[in-house]
Amino acid sequence: MSSHAATIRPGPERSDKPSYLTDGHTLKSWLLTVDHKRIAILYLAAITVFFSVGGLLALLIRAELFTPKGDLFDSDTYNKLFTLHGIVMIFFFLIPSIPATLGNFLIPIMIGAKDVAFPKINLLSWYVYMTGGSMAVLVIVLGGVDTGWTLYPPFSSTYSNTNVALTAMAAFVTGFSSILTGLNFMVTIHKMRAPGMTWFRLPLFIWAHYATSLVMLLGTPVIAITVLTMAIERVFHVGIFDPTAGGDPVLFQHMFWFYSHPAVYIMILPGMGVISEVIACFTRKRIFGYAFVAMSSLGIAIIGFIVWGHHMYVTGQSTYADIVFSILTYIVAVPSAIKTFNWTATMYKGSVSMDTPMVYAMCFMGLFLIGGLTGLFCANLGLDVHIHDTYFIVAHFHYVMVGSAMFAYLAGLHFWFPKITGRMYSEGPAKFGAIIIFIGFNLTFFPQFILGYLGMPRRYHFYPEEWQVLNVLSSAGAMTLGAGILLSMLNIGWAIVAGAKASANPWMAKGLEWENASSPPITANFDEAPIVTEEAYNYPAQLPSAAHH
Amino acid sequence: MGNQLNLFPENASTFASQVDYIYLYLLLVCAVFALGVVVAIVYFSIKYRRNPTHTAIQQVEGNMMLEITWSVVPLLIMLTMFGWGAWLYMRMVTPPKGALDYYVVGKQWMWKLQHPTGQREINELHVPINQPVRLTLTSEDVIHDFFVPDFRMKRDVVPGRYTECWFEATKIGSYRIECAQYCGTKHSQMIGLVHVMSQADYDKWLSGNLGAETADAAGKKLFEGNRCDTCHKDAPDARGAPLWGVYGTQVALRDGSTVLADDDYLRESILHSTAKVVAGFEPIMPLYDGQLTEEQVLQLVAYIKTLKAKPKETQ
Repeated sequence: MSSHAATIRPGPERSDKPSYLTDGHTLKSWLLTVDHKRIAILYLAAITVFFSVGGLLALLIRAELFTPKGDLFDSDTYNKLFTLHGIVMIFFFLIPSIPATLGNFLIPIMIGAKDVAFPKINLLSWYVYMTGGSMAVLVIVLGGVDTGWTLYPPFSSTYSNTNVALTAMAAFVTGFSSILTGLNFMVTIHKMRAPGMTWFRLPLFIWAHYATSLVMLLGTPVIAITVLTMAIERVFHVGIFDPTAGGDPVLFQHMFWFYSHPAVYIMILPGMGVISEVIACFTRKRIFGYAFVAMSSLGIAIIGFIVWGHHMYVTGQSTYADIVFSILTYIVAVPSAIKTFNWTATMYKGSVSMDTPMVYAMCFMGLFLIGGLTGLFCANLGLDVHIHDTYFIVAHFHYVMVGSAMFAYLAGLHFWFPKITGRMYSEGPAKFGAIIIFIGFNLTFFPQFILGYLGMPRRYHFYPEEWQVLNVLSSAGAMTLGAGILLSMLNIGWAIVAGAKASANPWMAKGLEWENASSPPITANFDEAPIVTEEAYNYPAQLPSAAHH
Repeated sequence: MGNQLNLFPENASTFASQVDYIYLYLLLVCAVFALGVVVAIVYFSIKYRRNPTHTAIQQVEGNMMLEITWSVVPLLIMLTMFGWGAWLYMRMVTPPKGALDYYVVGKQWMWKLQHPTGQREINELHVPINQPVRLTLTSEDVIHDFFVPDFRMKRDVVPGRYTECWFEATKIGSYRIECAQYCGTKHSQMIGLVHVMSQADYDKWLSGNLGAETADAAGKKLFEGNRCDTCHKDAPDARGAPLWGVYGTQVALRDGSTVLADDDYLRESILHSTAKVVAGFEPIMPLYDGQLTEEQVLQLVAYIKTLKAKPKETQ
């Protein structure tokens, strides 16, 4: 191995060309930009708004559940709260979160390109997202929707008296931003790599986004068809899913989960990519079993398409289908296990530094373990009959979507913060915030596993008094979690305006975005087009003298 | 508040401990795995923590044997989980012969239940202990889900079709029925109780609630009242397909295919007679969709199930 000769470049001196942030100050220069970095910032701003709305809704839900009886809201309002929380968080935060912000910003730079393959389509995807988002906001203004984010007919298509069709159209429209982003990334990764950037020199962040793009491209059209047909049934009374009109309600669930299960991988795969980058940097190691980690992303994306029926064990679908979906679900757990073991092995004989991104990555590892392993409980046919549609499931998927996806997002935001903004956040509050979020998160969701096994169904407004202790713990955790996130957002917000200037490579990390681009990068990303001559994560055996700390 | 903190629901059916054992097995295996990884992470974080004199970073590329081991070993362990879960599930979806037949209709936001002997209840179900109980479930409106945590039993209640499940209660007492599939405003108040009684108490309860007809007796009345017997008669010139002994058999259809005459098929043929027309018959039966309530359809199906084949066909 050439690691003896390996060096880390501290990054370019400040370029005389303007950074992407200073290259135009008008509103128009932002709203009509085709620079992938500015589009990433546009996404970041919009996603932060939706994340805040979704988080606020979560706090209202948990505030209501402090007590067994509905004290704060009536049942209809409560049902709207959890529905909107799910829709906002899934369609407008989790799915675009890492790909549309960090992915958009970093993919071209990491592979040594000036921009994505289709910069105008990239901007279009943001406008499509904002159109869908505005429709979602309109739903809230018009009084909300009460179907649950899963939109199951015939409740959604026939019985609900709320803004179901508009909600479906919001999801429909937003889906196209996902398709456009996936398409753009896939072509970019295929066609825009710098000379020498072979497939197996790609950072694992790129592999993860490649797998994600595959799911976005192949899966999203199906959810678009599904919600559209549901809306058509609702508005024009065409019998598709409603049995009184000759439809089949279980058909909807098949179509819905054909997308919505792979969508879980849209949410988690980019996060896994972030974690690979962070662990490599803060252990100064090449990721152990690089090829296995890269291929496991593709494995998850592909096998993930054939496990959807595990959401439907109790619907009365064929018993043989149940059995096939169960065994496939256990098989899809293998690539996730491979990643976890390889990340752990990467730390072996490394030089481990617990900076904020690494703290988030370590939290991710613990929470993803719990989220992934509890998935084995849900995959189990006999056991799932009991825990299906209970708080056990709620806890399981929050460990994956919040404990894993959101922690990875925060890890990535902190890791690339100096690159994106050219400034540094304060380490103390950032770490403190991470710890508070970790504690609050576990306090919120761990008791829900127990509640679920005791038999508390999800989406319950009223619950028996004997479950109050666990619900109070969970609600107290949610308030702690909210406080931690607020603290971290304030810390980052303050650093954007007043943080110390960051150098091009403050972590002394490997990768074109650190070694070849300034902080913040210039509009064209690089002064001269990079040529790649080494493997990814080619860290030297010695700590560089200029290393952080 | 102030109650002792339980980790398990009541153990009140033959499934309960089976499900709990799987749960404990998975907990144990997962705890070992998780602890192993967490201990490794913490150990590496301390042992290899960065310090200024640190010069011993060693690049380890990977190790094929390790990769194979930590792919195959978890897979094998997970296959045991799968096998055990599938084995139990097969039992859960196969009601034993001779199970008592109860009928459940869900509607926003109540449970309507009927006994094999005809008694009807709302949001309450009395059953004898140590007796397999089979439920046939359907919904009048949206999807519901019949969930008894203390029995570890749950099944979706889907409009437009029948689902079934069964349990055998093992402990006298009253247990919560919950709706587990979100169904609108009062989803969390769609609550009932199963009362498990000794056989003697159950018999006493039944005799105190006389006056009801059994489901199949009510179905017979409907059958005659709707003049079904005009066409579905046991005669060679019958214009309707013969129903005697049809339940549970394969029926040949006009399009050349065959279909199993189960509850769902009978239901569909009553409500949408033209969907699957029996070979040798014309699609002339009126559609009863919207004419009958779900309970009436259940009663008709129950009646048709009692029609046994005559020893000698009058062909």
